[in-house]
Amino acid sequence: MKRTILALIILTVLIAAGCSLADRPTTAPAAPGEAGSEAAPVESAGLSADAAAIAQERGLSPDDITAALKVYQPTGVHDEYMIFASGGHSGQVLVIGVPSMRLLKVIGVFTPEPWQGWGYGVGNRVLDEGAINGRTIRWADTHHPALSETEGDYDGEWLFINDKANARVAVIDLRDFETKQLLKNPVVINDHGGTFVTPNTEYVIEGGQYAAPLGWEYDTLDNYNDTYRGAVTFWKFDREAGRIDPEQSFLIELPPYWQDLCDSGKQVSEGWIFCNSLNAERATGGVEKGNPPFEAGASQGETDYMHLINLNKAEAVFQNGGTTDVNGFAVISLQTAIDEGILYMTPEPKSPHGVDITPNGQYMVVAGKLDPHVTIYSFEKMLETIEAEKWTTDDYGVPVLALEDLREAQVELGLGPLHTQFDDQGYAYTSLFLDSAVARWSLGGEYADLHPEEPWQLVGKTSVHYNIGHLLAAEGDTVSPDGKYLVAMNKWAIDRFAPVGPLLPQNFQLLDIDNTGENMQLLYDMPIGIGEPHYAQMIKADKLEPWEVYPEVGWDPHEQALSPNAVQLGEEKVERNGSEVEVFMTAVRSHFTPEHVEIEQGDHVVWHITNVEQALDATHGFSIPGYDINLSLEPGEAATFEFDAEAPGVFSYYCTEFCSALHLEMTGYLLVKPSGPTAMTTE
Amino acid sequence: MMATDKFQKIIGPRPPHDELAARRLRFLWPTLFFAAAAILLIISIFLPYWSLVLHAPQYPNGLMVNAYVNHLEGDVREIDGLNHYIGMRPLGEAAQLERTVSIFAIGSLALLVGAAIFVHSPWAALLAMPAVLLPVVFLADLYFWLNNFGQNLDPTAALSNSVEPFTPTILGEGLIGQFRTVAYADFGLILATIASILILVGLYMQRRAYKPLVEAEEREGEA
Repeated sequence: MKRTILALIILTVLIAAGCSLADRPTTAPAAPGEAGSEAAPVESAGLSADAAAIAQERGLSPDDITAALKVYQPTGVHDEYMIFASGGHSGQVLVIGVPSMRLLKVIGVFTPEPWQGWGYGVGNRVLDEGAINGRTIRWADTHHPALSETEGDYDGEWLFINDKANARVAVIDLRDFETKQLLKNPVVINDHGGTFVTPNTEYVIEGGQYAAPLGWEYDTLDNYNDTYRGAVTFWKFDREAGRIDPEQSFLIELPPYWQDLCDSGKQVSEGWIFCNSLNAERATGGVEKGNPPFEAGASQGETDYMHLINLNKAEAVFQNGGTTDVNGFAVISLQTAIDEGILYMTPEPKSPHGVDITPNGQYMVVAGKLDPHVTIYSFEKMLETIEAEKWTTDDYGVPVLALEDLREAQVELGLGPLHTQFDDQGYAYTSLFLDSAVARWSLGGEYADLHPEEPWQLVGKTSVHYNIGHLLAAEGDTVSPDGKYLVAMNKWAIDRFAPVGPLLPQNFQLLDIDNTGENMQLLYDMPIGIGEPHYAQMIKADKLEPWEVYPEVGWDPHEQALSPNAVQLGEEKVERNGSEVEVFMTAVRSHFTPEHVEIEQGDHVVWHITNVEQALDATHGFSIPGYDINLSLEPGEAATFEFDAEAPGVFSYYCTEFCSALHLEMTGYLLVKPSGPTAMTTE
Repeated sequence: MMATDKFQKIIGPRPPHDELAARRLRFLWPTLFFAAAAILLIISIFLPYWSLVLHAPQYPNGLMVNAYVNHLEGDVREIDGLNHYIGMRPLGEAAQLERTVSIFAIGSLALLVGAAIFVHSPWAALLAMPAVLLPVVFLADLYFWLNNFGQNLDPTAALSNSVEPFTPTILGEGLIGQFRTVAYADFGLILATIASILILVGLYMQRRAYKPLVEAEEREGEA
């Protein structure tokens, strides 16, 4: 009897499964034998019998099949877009192709990266720029990458990214996808609202986060209101030099409200900067002392403050010497910012996260985080209100414009709205952290004609998996977004991938936003197993023009110029000057010259290597065991590294890239002769 | 008197005015052909004479070397790098003398062809013949050097065991290791070849124009 029931159940399940499969329009149960025949049946979806059979076997729905077709790139076909994503705690930047969602590169930034030799002989001097109080910091909590812009549009030349944990900013050159500069902010201890650029990349903006006494000073929390301060830093970027110039940079002192994300005004609002804050309550925590914990204390009030900053006026104050000096850095004091009309504020729904400026620059969109709305502020109304001098002040005397005077609209989207981006069809997209969804909503004003919906209205929501943080649309934070693709940067993957232990990867989900209306098809899940990437930007791939090889043999990538220490073929040598030994070496398939380097224990060694190759992909590595050295020498690259030959012995250096069929033969001996007779004895 | 006679004989007859007026084109043709040939030769100096493309899986765009009469262009460095595995000398070491004198030599050939315009006797053929032979001489020299390089591989090279000495293909396809090679005559050599044909046709036309005059003079002389 039991057996009969079991059989019946199995039969029912099978029939149900068969029915559900039969419902799918793409299923074509053609026998494999028929597939190759000339009369192979073609289904309505245009699938061959073979493809239909595969789809059936794998249980793929028609949506799955279209998703697969939208992301698949045949070999050799390049992606249309590229994502530059924060690598989160890895301290690196990820480069990802769209729509394939293939990882193309991990750029070494704040953290050593052995393949690129980053921190193992190349890039050491860049990494050392990120030292704090003499201590090397070899990790970073990278948050927000920013591509350089020209007239508000990505130009594909430079990339910036911040390190929230240590308030550092990095400059990456997109000619060779290498980091060129790290900067430690000498005034603030950590940052968050960075990096963002002004529309022509005049400034790289780094907003602060947790308030502290400026300049890394000490004070007790009792003095929080008086000596703890927030800040926003404007790093001046010198495009010609390819470096941020700290001498031309300045910082604006802000009330201790925990400034959060910022965005740069564009078009009509160019010259203004907008920053959120999340602790207008000025909670100082101390849950262990019976105080409300920060999470409650900082969320008591109904509103926090959006900071409205007039950059043009701030720049004028800086240029006229109206700054004070903190740790050698120019600071516009809070009082000066108030007096000179640099700083205004307006309330925003409590504990907001993103402030995002529409492509035309007319609206500031603030997502509520603890409020189910996005609030849209009008830049024009802001100017009018300031013009009319209609404001109250906060405890520090900062003019506070009324929310009602600036508000253009409010749209209820769902729970936990965080960040907003835009497309080319008059829609905005907001991530909903608590709902685990992406909301599409319609813009008003001059965007109202672009879409059929009423302005300022929720259009549709698509579930993502899970707990989305930032999102990014193709060029979705520029003056001319492309639409097409959107990536949900999900914090939690939970069940999306095969289990890999308790620490789960993040999940980037690609959505198709090309069609208007309610539906945004989910196309692809990409696991990120390297850190928590906060933000990313998506640029049209053809805007990037990276070098294939370095322009000339003997190139110093750090200076982007010929190296004075470049070594040409035939000019290799080893020079001794007292206890300093200088090695001039070349690398070419498949040998180093010289292959014997004989030095003495205690020598200080300065080693120059030039990869004299000019062929695509003819990269050589160079490692010395026991000395923590591993270089990546890309075609044409000249590198210099130094070490003290403390340990005597025989060290076989070798090329760590499989550069040719004779790669294993690409080696040599470093002979470090023990100094003094005692060193020779073995015990 | 003898010397002048000889010179007259070498430069050949000048067409009489009435003859020239009556058959202008007949006398003009050889001049045009020779002049065109001389110009093509000069142009050819600026174009590659011979090119070689190497195809291998790891070079999706192929590797190329273009041989001009006085220098090499293209992926010479990379090809030299590859050749060192089989012990072939760098391409730059080949035909150094030829490359040094080539511009002067081809310029001279063009001048000689130009001179042939004014020599209306069979001596014109002697002046123009070096230019006619240029393509053949070029290919012969190329063969000499390719053979010399291919046959004289460094026996201590890394791949000397797996690649036997060989003569690279001058024109057409060849195979060395994983490389399929395609060698072909490039624009410069094609122009030089056209120049050769133009010269030959010009010589024929010149004979056709002036032979009756010479024969007439001879008949006069006999009379």
